[in-house]
Amino acid sequence: MSLRVDNLKVYYRTLRGDVKALDGATFTVADGEIMGLAGESGSGKSTLGKSLIRLDTRMRLVEGGVELDGKPLPIGDQDAMNAYRFKAVSLIPQYAMSALNPTRKIGKMISELLGARGVKYSEIKPELERRLDLVGLKREVLNNYPIELSGGMKQRMVLVLSTLLNPSLLIADEVTSALDVSTQRAVAETLVEFRDREFVKSMIVVTHDISLVYQIADTIMVMYAGKLAEKAPADVVVNAPRHPYTQLLISSLPEVGVRYADRKLAGIPGSPPGLLNPPAGCRFRDRCPLAFARCVEEPPFVEVDKNHHVACWKAQ
Amino acid sequence: MSDLARAAGEETAPSAGGEVVSAPAVPLATGPVAAAAPGARRTRDALHFALRNKKVVGGGIVVLAFLALGLIAPLFYDYGHSEYVGPQSSGPSGEYWFGTTTFGQDVFLQFVHGIRSTFLVGLLGGGLAALIGMTIGFVAGYIGGLVDEALNMLTNIVLVLPALAVLIILHTYIGITSVPSQALFIGIFSWPWVARAVRAQTFSLRTRDFVDLARLSGMGSGAIIRREIAPNMSSYLFMTFILLFGGSVLFAATLDFIGLGPTGVMSLGLMMNNAVHWSALQLGLWWWFLPPGLGITAIVGALYIMNVGLDEVFNPKLREM
Amino acid sequence: MRRYFARKVAIYLLTFFVAVTLNWLIPRFMPGDPVLRMLTRTSVSNPDAIAPMREYYNNVFGLDVPLWRQYLNYWAELLQGNMGISVWLFPAPVTEVILDAVPYTLALLIPSILLSWYAGNKVGALAARRRWLDNTVLPLGYALTATPYMWIAIVLAWSLAIIAGIFPVAGGYSFDLQPSWSLVFFNSLLQHWFLPFLSLFLVAFGGWAIGMRNMIIYELEADYANYLEALGAPRRLIRRYAFRNALLPQLTGLALQLGVLVAGALVTEIVFGYPGLGRLILMAIQNQDFFLLQGAFLFIVIGVLIANFVIDIVYVLVDPRTRTGMTGGAA
Repeated sequence: MSLRVDNLKVYYRTLRGDVKALDGATFTVADGEIMGLAGESGSGKSTLGKSLIRLDTRMRLVEGGVELDGKPLPIGDQDAMNAYRFKAVSLIPQYAMSALNPTRKIGKMISELLGARGVKYSEIKPELERRLDLVGLKREVLNNYPIELSGGMKQRMVLVLSTLLNPSLLIADEVTSALDVSTQRAVAETLVEFRDREFVKSMIVVTHDISLVYQIADTIMVMYAGKLAEKAPADVVVNAPRHPYTQLLISSLPEVGVRYADRKLAGIPGSPPGLLNPPAGCRFRDRCPLAFARCVEEPPFVEVDKNHHVACWKAQ
Repeated sequence: MSDLARAAGEETAPSAGGEVVSAPAVPLATGPVAAAAPGARRTRDALHFALRNKKVVGGGIVVLAFLALGLIAPLFYDYGHSEYVGPQSSGPSGEYWFGTTTFGQDVFLQFVHGIRSTFLVGLLGGGLAALIGMTIGFVAGYIGGLVDEALNMLTNIVLVLPALAVLIILHTYIGITSVPSQALFIGIFSWPWVARAVRAQTFSLRTRDFVDLARLSGMGSGAIIRREIAPNMSSYLFMTFILLFGGSVLFAATLDFIGLGPTGVMSLGLMMNNAVHWSALQLGLWWWFLPPGLGITAIVGALYIMNVGLDEVFNPKLREM
Repeated sequence: MRRYFARKVAIYLLTFFVAVTLNWLIPRFMPGDPVLRMLTRTSVSNPDAIAPMREYYNNVFGLDVPLWRQYLNYWAELLQGNMGISVWLFPAPVTEVILDAVPYTLALLIPSILLSWYAGNKVGALAARRRWLDNTVLPLGYALTATPYMWIAIVLAWSLAIIAGIFPVAGGYSFDLQPSWSLVFFNSLLQHWFLPFLSLFLVAFGGWAIGMRNMIIYELEADYANYLEALGAPRRLIRRYAFRNALLPQLTGLALQLGVLVAGALVTEIVFGYPGLGRLILMAIQNQDFFLLQGAFLFIVIGVLIANFVIDIVYVLVDPRTRTGMTGGAA
């Protein structure tokens, strides 16, 4: 098991109390697995993604733990976590377009970053250049400023940089949302290729675009209102989902065309509960067509089939 | 006044795209909580934080205390600020709190009258500059195209023109008779950085969904600016006005000090002018020249500090948790 | 980059044009023709030597020629460096009087601007890092930047010159000295220079320190800073980048502040009786010497425009984005 997350709870501190953005997640990601992490905005998927690499100042680790390659990952301790970042866990941020320091030449920035992490730039440069070739970037980009690169080029540059030290786990946060369709496809394919070449061991692709992640992911995990709803192999999630929320999510996606799941679900009245004081029990029950008496108890996230986990009483 | 430059400077930092874009200053979306929270709650939140922010509260108290002093204190005197009422050049005493001038004028009375003018010129000058700057910024940013080009050119010209030098020329020839007319001229020459900043913000807002929606629903440009765009940057506009207020006060003080202020009106700048002119420094009449400068510094400084506090209130990233 | 400069220069030329036009327009259309009044007064007090002034006046403001002709004449005189004759320092030409004063003003402005910018940025960056320093620098910086220039000058003149007697109170050099290249004279210059310089420095310093402190805090929230943190970069590296990037808006701020700094220098000179443009302007106002006043105005405009241009050049040198053909930057 590459990644093991155990009952992870991460809350946002706010004025009116804690927003329970991630309220108890337990799952694993295997070596070589690309896991798509889907859900509406506010479902906790981004919080989960961020928690695994860097909590921002308002996020607080409440409970739970994370293990990577059998060793605990100190995600609640900013300083201790630094040793793991980039080398063991890395990130492709949502804002790849503006992720590079605008006033430094890219190569210089990389060498300064590596130097600060105790890696010799000169030693890693041949590998860096090979990977630039691989993603179709000219080696000269290292002498350019970020502004001289197009959006797609910057995206690929960040892809190469983030994976340069062969991390065990890569978190790709909405990497394709800012790109046009053909570039999206290319980026997605590159992610798969990086996994196949073992630049990264396993990957979590955070997205609200299920149809895109379906093409590259081995498994898909769906979140709803801070909780895990369902995790299963990608084709199972798409073709035979067991959780009513996943079912509605998938059926609301037309064959092609609109592919975004972050719009309000058509035909389901209501909206996700507030996460400040979420109701006990299943958080989807107010909108769930199948809800029954037992739903006031919280359904556990259990394996109903091989590699198929669902948190719903009806699915068991 | 350096704050003005800071504001304009950071507003116009070129982005990666080369286009001048919105600065980090405007808190349009405020994290996962406010994203779901409606506008009313956001206002309540802001108020809640504002009342607990030491900088906002402290600055506000100082400003209000001076305002009250300027409004109320003159009412208790039955003689004018320029009348020779007391002994000459006497230090602070129970009767004349801030002492008297070489002519026996009451310095405290001059001081409180000066505070009145200070608030008036700040309010009017800052208000006018805000009005001009925002109008030009909104129009240029929303309409774009040739209008934008032309307004941009105008903005840039007024921006590099040294305002004080122009005001000196104007005031020398025209002669200023009242605080409002002084404020008028100050307002006319201190709007450009506002226009620039507002233009950049408007530019980034006009492509947002809610503006598109308003446009599709047939709302006119003026209404869109007033009802959709301006409210979305209201916190920023408010902070801009505070900076303009402070700027106008300092501007007016400088003009008054050179002797180009309104005639017959007491101001803090004129007090300093008189003190220097009648050798108060050499004579050691510190009670004459220390209060006016201290008053300006306290008022403007408190405003600036309030602004930093408001920045923290409106921008959750800057809040300390 | 060429487009960037072309645009800048166009704006500066246009601004200069506007300034000159205003300068011609304002006195020309004032009721009661104040300039003529000034000349009449002079011709009473100084009847023999009025001829050259009359000539200039007739050329530029004269009634016999059409308006457009007067306007062109004004430009023609201006381009030859003729701004008329000073009434106050009759019969010295305005250009000469101003050129005598300009070095003093520059000697105050240039060091105080450069040093305050440098020191303010350094201290501001430090303040963004250390809590206790932040708690001192922030209030102090805001107090300084809210202080009227003339008041800080008054306080320094009163405390350090009059009470403590460490520095001279007024003038550009000791009254009993004649300008010369001697050490004694230079020493006197330096002593008289220090307090006005210090007043300008202090007020400006506060503004830059605060500006930098606030900019750094924003930069540390920028995407590139977050990305570097996610990749485990040490705070030191991120702060270094943030400082460098925050310098760019500070440079833009410098360009925007020039007018205010010049205004500060003018009133500071007045407090210290320092023989620069500020005192000249005060004298011109008090003596109703309009030619001198207008000349000083144009010199200030030209100076500010040149300084703006210099800042543009520096901006291009430090910001790669302007060099790669993108627009942006100061003014």
